Amino acid sequence: MTLYFKYLLILFKSQMQYRTSFWLLSFGQFFIPFSVFAGLYFMFERFGDLKGWTFYEVALCYGIVHMAFAISECFVRGFDAFSSLIVNGEFDRLLVRPRGTIVQVLGSKFEFTRFGRMLQGLVILFWALINLPVSWSLVKVITLVLMIAGGVIIFAGIYMLGATLCFWTVQGLEVVNVFTDGGREMAQYPLNIYAKWVTQFFTFIIPFGFVSYMPLMFILDRADGHPVLYMLMPFASVLFLLPCIAIWSIGVRHYRSTGS
Amino acid sequence: MIQLEGISKSFKVAERSAGFKQAAKALFVRKHRTVEALSDISFTINEGEIVGYIGPNGAGKSTTIKVMSGVLVPDRGKCSIMGYNPWKDRAAYVKNIGVVFGQRSQLWWDVPVIDSYELLRDIYKIPRAEYKSNLDMLIDTLDLQSIIHMPVRQLSLGQRMRCEIAASLLHSPKVLFLDEPTIGLDAVSKIAVRQFIKTINEQKGVTVILTTHDMHDIEALANRILMIGKGTLLYDGSLQELRSRFGTQRTITIDFERHGQPVYIAGTEQLSWTPERAVYSFDNEQIQVAQVIAKLSEQVNLLDVSIDTKPIDEIIVQLYKEHQI
Amino acid sequence: MSAYLSVIRLRFINGLQYRTAAIAGLSTQLFFGLIFIMVFVAFYSGTAKTLPMSLSEVVTYVWLQQIFLSLIMLWARDNEIFGLITGGNIAYELCRPVQLYGFWSAKLLAQRLANVVLRCLPITAVVFLLPQPYRMSLPQSWTSFILFLISLLLGLLVVVAISMLIYISVFWTMSPTGSIMMIAVASELLAGMIIPIPLMPEWLQKITFILPFRWTVDFPFRVYSGHIPPAEALWGILIQLFWIAVLAGFGMWCLRTALRKVVIQGG
Repeated sequence: MTLYFKYLLILFKSQMQYRTSFWLLSFGQFFIPFSVFAGLYFMFERFGDLKGWTFYEVALCYGIVHMAFAISECFVRGFDAFSSLIVNGEFDRLLVRPRGTIVQVLGSKFEFTRFGRMLQGLVILFWALINLPVSWSLVKVITLVLMIAGGVIIFAGIYMLGATLCFWTVQGLEVVNVFTDGGREMAQYPLNIYAKWVTQFFTFIIPFGFVSYMPLMFILDRADGHPVLYMLMPFASVLFLLPCIAIWSIGVRHYRSTGS
Repeated sequence: MIQLEGISKSFKVAERSAGFKQAAKALFVRKHRTVEALSDISFTINEGEIVGYIGPNGAGKSTTIKVMSGVLVPDRGKCSIMGYNPWKDRAAYVKNIGVVFGQRSQLWWDVPVIDSYELLRDIYKIPRAEYKSNLDMLIDTLDLQSIIHMPVRQLSLGQRMRCEIAASLLHSPKVLFLDEPTIGLDAVSKIAVRQFIKTINEQKGVTVILTTHDMHDIEALANRILMIGKGTLLYDGSLQELRSRFGTQRTITIDFERHGQPVYIAGTEQLSWTPERAVYSFDNEQIQVAQVIAKLSEQVNLLDVSIDTKPIDEIIVQLYKEHQI
Repeated sequence: MSAYLSVIRLRFINGLQYRTAAIAGLSTQLFFGLIFIMVFVAFYSGTAKTLPMSLSEVVTYVWLQQIFLSLIMLWARDNEIFGLITGGNIAYELCRPVQLYGFWSAKLLAQRLANVVLRCLPITAVVFLLPQPYRMSLPQSWTSFILFLISLLLGLLVVVAISMLIYISVFWTMSPTGSIMMIAVASELLAGMIIPIPLMPEWLQKITFILPFRWTVDFPFRVYSGHIPPAEALWGILIQLFWIAVLAGFGMWCLRTALRKVVIQGG
């Protein structure tokens, strides 16, 4: 995995050449989601609560999912932006190198400006944590960290699926946004506010439920059951990622037999 | 060392239609047609050869290169390069090949060239000692010292191409695929690149497969030509053979002491005449150069003689015509 | 005129070739609309208070946003125009400043209209057939509908005028990213694209009333549902016209100044 970090360094160096645009984009990446959060704040001011959840509880959920999303947007950008690799033939270059396609695609692009969104997520997270009357334990802290990590893995899986789609067609890619941006929009609120089938889809098919909702219940002392069980729930995201990787391999095989 | 047998590959291409009605129909039904990109391609290349791979655009050159570099899996046929099957043993195989695409860069755009090289060293897992000695040799022979610390985007095309070729040789590959390496380069850079390829082939025994539209590249480098047209291999032989098949036409330009009357030689066609210079064309198979000069010197006092062969571009065009491509 | 028509026609044909993209665009808009509505539904279900806007009005509002997204969003980038400005070749493209303003505005208009018809209108059929509470409602009355159409088109002109200011500012910032960032960051919230303005706190509502943004989104959509009654709507239309005059006038003046600067400096 040192290769991944070498890629990171070289691309970081590249992007630092364009300092002004970096800061501008990061600025935008901070304030735009922030305005969405402001909207949320105003809704709570007017409505009081959201199906039994208080503002700070929802803010915690929001912060966690945004952190996960921002981290994935930054570090798994290679798959998110994969269509350009196919369109300009760069993927052939990757196939001529003696390394796996996944690590090379991951290393092909990083979006460091997303640190603006990460910062925003962090601010909201801390604000929520300060204002929540939660009794913290080591298990809960680990759960929190795993929730974010699990979220990153789920988003990574979705990006990978979207990238695999590029092997068949580069049109119609915005459908993937439904699951990335859309997934984020949905998961940033506790999942039980939605209709049953939505909650079930986002628990069992794309397991946001295991990564944001159920551990959240645990942290907020709304759940019974063994603490460690909740702590380990985010690992469901790995179960989601594995088929994504398999489908990616199928995609690469298809690309190699049909050409570009 | 490189062996292809019966390689065939076809693609399905969607048909795009013009006009409003057709476009609306296309929304529901898509028509496809099959294009045969490669049809039963077979050839053998030995270690240390430099082979020129030519053909008109769309003939199948890049498809063949993709098959040979392990990127593309053919529909039928066998291929063995250095004992590997390029597409089945991809990861192990590509360690031994270098590829240069003329128009696409493998270097990272905004950072110094040397940084790209170091990342390539990590990607190819090149041992430090080997990396250092290769790098020193490449810097020396390609004259990269002054540009190696500059970001790629600041380099001229000629400088960039030299860096590209060096990049493809860092891991000591045994086979080098060059896809249009001299495209867009100025004369000086072209000569430098050609010279370098020759050197690396002679000194390190690197087998080179070169696709190009520039026939001077072929003349300078390749002792063997493979020509592909519409997916089939049309010619496999040496440049000399090609010349002798088509290139027997010669033109001779003579400068001489002032001679008032035009001179005609049997078996030649006079293209131009002035009292001091004349140009004739003749078929080398029907009358030898020496005979023409001898007959001319009987009639005028020759001061200077120069002989031109049929340009290779014209030979190639004639070959295309013969095969109707 | 015919040039713009053929641009639209070309985009059409182009768009129809990419049927997968068309279907994908349709599904995406549908899903995002549903996602936003589901959150609103959740908020509304938990309260018995009387609210400035009913749930069905909010639902209609959200769907109108999705249907007319291309017309109202400020985020579009026309890289050709950016390229002209930052590249400095603009000096050679000049006729007279006013004509250039008109030409660029028309281009932006054509793009937005073509996009709307191709990508956004198709979902109209679907959203009227959804089950409650997700279904879109019909306009309040014929009057409301006609006023809506007028205010929507005027709102489009406001958007284009604001867009033009963004493009023109690049003459000074030389950074397309920077210029877009400055306006786009706040404009979504202030236009009512994140939450409808009546649901905002009073102090924020006052701010939005002095800015032009709400006249592009909030105003036309609430005219449709009758939330803004026809009489008030007529006043609103006048204010839209006022903003168009101010923004376009300011834009033309800025463009003239910028071009003069370019010509004096030699491009």
